Amino acid sequence: MARAGAFIVGLAALVALTASWIAPYDPAAQALALRLQGPTAAHLFGLDELGRDILSRVIYGARVSLFVGVSVVSVSSIVGTVVGATAGYFRGWIDDGISRLIDVLMAFPGILLAIALVAVLGPSLGNVVLALSTIGWVGYARLVRGVAMRTRELDYVQAARALGARPARILARHVIPTALPTVAVQATLGMAGAIIAEAALSFLGLGVQPPTPSWGTMLDAGRSHLFDAPHLTIFPGLSIALLVLGFNFLGDRLRDRIDPRTARESTP
Amino acid sequence: MLRYLIRRLLLTLPVLLGVATLVFSLIHLVPGDPAQSMLGDAASPQEVAALRERLGLDRPLAVQYGHFMAGLVRGDLGTSLRYGTPVVGEIEARVPRTAELAVAAMTVAICLAIPLGIVAAVYRDTIVDHAAMTVALAGISMPNFWLGPLLAILFAVKLGWLPVSGTGDWTHLVLPAATLGAALAAILARMTRASVLEELRELYVMAARARGVSRARAVLRHAFRNSLIPVVTIIGLQLGAVLTGTIITETIFAWPGVGRLLIQAINFRDYPLVQGCILFISVTYVGMNLITDLVYGWLDPRIRYE
Repeated sequence: MARAGAFIVGLAALVALTASWIAPYDPAAQALALRLQGPTAAHLFGLDELGRDILSRVIYGARVSLFVGVSVVSVSSIVGTVVGATAGYFRGWIDDGISRLIDVLMAFPGILLAIALVAVLGPSLGNVVLALSTIGWVGYARLVRGVAMRTRELDYVQAARALGARPARILARHVIPTALPTVAVQATLGMAGAIIAEAALSFLGLGVQPPTPSWGTMLDAGRSHLFDAPHLTIFPGLSIALLVLGFNFLGDRLRDRIDPRTARESTP
Repeated sequence: MLRYLIRRLLLTLPVLLGVATLVFSLIHLVPGDPAQSMLGDAASPQEVAALRERLGLDRPLAVQYGHFMAGLVRGDLGTSLRYGTPVVGEIEARVPRTAELAVAAMTVAICLAIPLGIVAAVYRDTIVDHAAMTVALAGISMPNFWLGPLLAILFAVKLGWLPVSGTGDWTHLVLPAATLGAALAAILARMTRASVLEELRELYVMAARARGVSRARAVLRHAFRNSLIPVVTIIGLQLGAVLTGTIITETIFAWPGVGRLLIQAINFRDYPLVQGCILFISVTYVGMNLITDLVYGWLDPRIRYE
């Protein structure tokens, strides 16, 4: 399963990086006469409502999905780790303040807050990343806070403190590294979450704007052609589901390696 | 229990205050002038000024915040720009539809997942188990905005058994409920399987088996009931996901609930209505989490003393 996950993710990354070479057509080129045509040898995934090659758009769409995933996960995990480690290590009023903020943000359904933010900021790729990162860091912060609270009591951290190490050094050298494996698992599963969220926002018309090919936007366009051109819906959706599955496989496997207790309950 | 109840209620207050503040600040995050943004570029400066005054945007921020909070306490969320009617009324009119959809989805999920999970646990590591868990994994990985259109293509377009979208008799509810319930069903099936397997390892089940109780009876009469507690928790925790899932599901199937109202309000830049919908959904979410916690505290007394 982990191997299948790594294969899917690796393939998607390769496709995204080499999109301009491997895409058979320009993703924006329109052949209006052939609009909504089903899959043929020339157009393996068929053509969309403006006569654009769906395979090429799916290939370019991988860029958007992975870009959003990587950006959101990087920003969220860095911010969350630093904030969580600070709260858990210093405790006191810093922790109280951060924990209240985490409580409020956790009480708010994540995707709803993202929808709200994009609704007022305006739909764009940048705002999608901003909105998803605004909700994304909270999970990491809560996780790392817990690890930091346990770590600060350990002998080697106490020893470092007794030797006069400054808090910033203790955090960077001792507390944060202890939390990294947990963060890595969360980040892998977070990629899947961010990719779904971007597609959902784009599907609702609140994400990436046309003509940029995004799998979510493509699904949105397919909705008006369920009767005459179901291929508009099938291929972008399949790409999302596969990539999400890939990251979930990888994340599950990573978690089992880090915490063998979960391996017992995992399903085949 | 009473102390737990009071403490839990008191803990909810700052969260609600935070949610309300977030919703209040939304309109101030609009780049540029919110009034101009709502009316579009064609509006005259007089119209924009009039709207600013009507929404109170020309007053100091603290006054606006006080006014907003006072309105909330009275149950007044302002007036929708598009409909010209109170926001509360617009939301109220659509709540029954959303509730209907959510309840139907939960019912579909529970009726599918619990038997599936039990069967998978009883026939562990057989083809039945693998098939059931593969279906469940597919259900988790499939985003509802893809599953919905696929179900519509199959059952509405190809087979012609069900309507594609809209409302009417019960057949209109089938596809949206299945779409919304699928992810929950997948999570529940995995949880039920794991939970039943856990119980099957317990001594009392083995004792029952040793006394000659059949495997099926051991599962149904003994293991299943005890394995329900974690399953109930998961149902509670997933209520929120079902609630936010209605936004997408209602949009796919043109189901006239609060979620679709929110997306329409966003498209029309009807910010008071957007704020109202978001407030309504998040307060319902907080309320459902509260109820789940209370039920859980009641089921498992250890929680109360933490």
